[in-house]
Amino acid sequence: MRWCGPSGRRADPALLENLVLQALSGLASASSLFLVASGLTVIFGVSRIVNFAHGSLYMLGAYLAWTLVTNLPRGHLGFWGGVLGAALLVGLIGLVVEVLLLRRIYRAPELFQLLATFGVVLIVQDLALLAWGPQDLLGPRAPGLRGSIEILGLRFPLYELFLIGVGPVVLGLLLLLFHRTRWGTLVRAATQDREMVGALGVNQRMLFTSVFFLGSVLAGLGGALQLPRESVNLHMDLSIIAEAFVVVVVGGLGSLSGAALAALLIGELHAFGILVFPKITLVLVFLVMAVVLVVRPHGLLGRPAAAAHGAGAAEPPIGPAPRPLKLAGGAALALALLLPPFAGNYALTVLTDIAIFVLFAASLHLIMGPGGMASFGHAAYFGLGAYGAALAAQWLGASMLGGLVLAPFVAGLFGLLFGWFCVRLSGVYSAMLTLAFAQIAWSVAFQWVELTGGDNGILGVWPDAWAAGKLTYYYLALALCLGSTLLLRRIIHAPFGYALRAQRDSVLRAEAIGIDAFRIRWLGFTLAAAAAGIAGGLFAYGKGSVFPTTMAISRSVDALLMVLLGGVQTLSGPIIGALAFTGLQEQLVRITDLWRLVLGSVIVVLVLFFPQGLAGAARTAWERRHGDT
Amino acid sequence: MLRVTGLSAHYGRAHILDEVALEVAAGEVVVLLGRNGAGKSTTMKAIMGLVPPSAGQVVFDGIPITGRAPFEIARLGLGYVPEERRIFTELTVLENLEVGRRPAPPGMPPWTPARLFALFPSLGAMQDRPGGRMSGGEQQMLTIARTLMGNPRLILLDEPSEGLAPVVVERMAEAIGALKASGLGILLSEQNLHFARGVSDRATIIEKGRIRWSGSIPELLAADAVREQYLSV
Repeated sequence: MRWCGPSGRRADPALLENLVLQALSGLASASSLFLVASGLTVIFGVSRIVNFAHGSLYMLGAYLAWTLVTNLPRGHLGFWGGVLGAALLVGLIGLVVEVLLLRRIYRAPELFQLLATFGVVLIVQDLALLAWGPQDLLGPRAPGLRGSIEILGLRFPLYELFLIGVGPVVLGLLLLLFHRTRWGTLVRAATQDREMVGALGVNQRMLFTSVFFLGSVLAGLGGALQLPRESVNLHMDLSIIAEAFVVVVVGGLGSLSGAALAALLIGELHAFGILVFPKITLVLVFLVMAVVLVVRPHGLLGRPAAAAHGAGAAEPPIGPAPRPLKLAGGAALALALLLPPFAGNYALTVLTDIAIFVLFAASLHLIMGPGGMASFGHAAYFGLGAYGAALAAQWLGASMLGGLVLAPFVAGLFGLLFGWFCVRLSGVYSAMLTLAFAQIAWSVAFQWVELTGGDNGILGVWPDAWAAGKLTYYYLALALCLGSTLLLRRIIHAPFGYALRAQRDSVLRAEAIGIDAFRIRWLGFTLAAAAAGIAGGLFAYGKGSVFPTTMAISRSVDALLMVLLGGVQTLSGPIIGALAFTGLQEQLVRITDLWRLVLGSVIVVLVLFFPQGLAGAARTAWERRHGDT
Repeated sequence: MLRVTGLSAHYGRAHILDEVALEVAAGEVVVLLGRNGAGKSTTMKAIMGLVPPSAGQVVFDGIPITGRAPFEIARLGLGYVPEERRIFTELTVLENLEVGRRPAPPGMPPWTPARLFALFPSLGAMQDRPGGRMSGGEQQMLTIARTLMGNPRLILLDEPSEGLAPVVVERMAEAIGALKASGLGILLSEQNLHFARGVSDRATIIEKGRIRWSGSIPELLAADAVREQYLSV
């Protein structure tokens, strides 16, 4: 999404007039944002699925509109027909995704659903690349709306004015649909208690599929309407989804009016943020989201979700590793110790990365598995560790050891601060707050150029002379990561770990026996952050540099993928997940340009057939063969 | 009309239902009696397909319904009124009724909001009130009315008297009597024998997921030992 003021601004305009135009520009952005967010919130309301692929549907809407509009005859019919056609086509694509994939995983844990939709994101990225190529595509302007009009003596594009009208019209139509039709009544009822709706004779499948169709049409329409505004490109999906998540969460999950209000808020915030705080525009949005969630934990107009009916069975207890697993672990460790002297530089780099990511994944696992919390922003602590070490090296002239000692403290300190807010909330709201803090950290690294070098990063973060060799550094990373990972495992089996798991399974019962659930979660979050900080510090010295991407969303998603691939409720899960993910990605990038397509498909297949993750599936198979223990 | 045989269910490895068997004929009210946690609600959920049974069979109107989706079971004419009421709190009374609406089987006069308001007059006075702003008794009437909108031929009525004021319980008993008179079969679950004996034809006692006793209401009233063993608190 393009966030900038109206074009064709007159030199030195009066302040008031300029503000009015800026407000109008904010309204146009809000309108577009609302289209996407409304689809997302409606889908979430009914299916409880956090649909990462919603941004991909938006991007497909823009691409399909480009294809249709440029191939149809010019004129009103060609343009508007193309836009609406694209929206409907995207609706059909959403329908196929729902029927083939999501329908099968409605009962899966919500993070698994998220993982599945992220697989779709990857697949769509490569399919779009194949179909439309890597270059940005410019669409035609809308017929009849090419010019601009004068408002208060300033020129304002007609198309923007048109967009300002689209949002309220769509909101009005949706409200009519939801409040004046039987279908809408059923959807609202299902948003509250879908099982009860089923027990009253309503076919939920049809309802879910139709809701997904509607949501996809809205995303497609939102994308198609961007055609005259900005070039169509392959980054539209992830840039819009972060914004749309913010809008949906700020408004209150499942609330249409809330989404409209939040879109307005965020749109205007962008428009005026550019004027007032040009330096921190990126932080501003997430700062607002954090503030809203702290003050109103369920968003502006959201309501606390009703207690889930028919919730899944309690997580199985974690026992000590069975003998074969210990043997396998020992064998893997022996390989990790003995093989590297014979490995080349490239292999050593990959192995070092794997060791680091094992710790990174294990630290996230502490939050997600035993802690029962979700984090979409764990990369923040990885990145804070990396930046802590790098900044110490750059500004304080710290040695590598100093930097590595500092890293977990920096990450842990911010974990303590951010965690205090995050662990108060639960479920998706908590996860979105972690994302907000991660984005704030990322934005600071990106925009505070004087301190962090911004996009250019911090270079020259090299290990001390004694650890400069690739092999030595590998052994150092292995020792630290393995030690920390084993420490995390030990913590899970300690009384603190019992308390952590107790509050996950039932906060009420845990508190009734004297466990302070909030403190336990807070401490767990901080510990995980500190552990991620160690991994981040090692990563910085391993690469010799840090960049804002160290704590970008994609790295948080990587960590999620590792933990979920391995299996959330097994201790070996994060280790296996990190090995599988890092190995798979390294190999795929080397052998094919379409690694996203392959990785996305692998993720989708894994979610469909191994809903407990790799380690979970192995455990189930083991138990089946040897009888339950 | 409803025949349950050998119905078992597990939660993890714990048996929660163990070969439950019971029968309800058309126009008959059978009460499933038992203490808290005896398995009454689970029996109803297992019949409705909301809890997957691990063994056994449920036959409704000659059609085996074990393993079917809840919405299919509802469409066959089996209504379910949950213990927790599960009113759609953000929907109005009329909208709650609309969610439950299904076409009536041929030859049966369909339930309409007007007919239901005649049965539960207090609902008629608050047609546009959101479900979340109703008293417990009003919600209980609404949840029964909502299920009736599906024009069922038999309903599973889970502890309708629970937590209600005595006056409201009395009105509930009258409504159940009227429904029975209209030919509706009812499987009622209760802890409250006093309420149950006034509305039921037969009783079945469940304890720890097993059926322990079945018989007519007069027989139950005569069997002091049975009542003492399974129903006294």
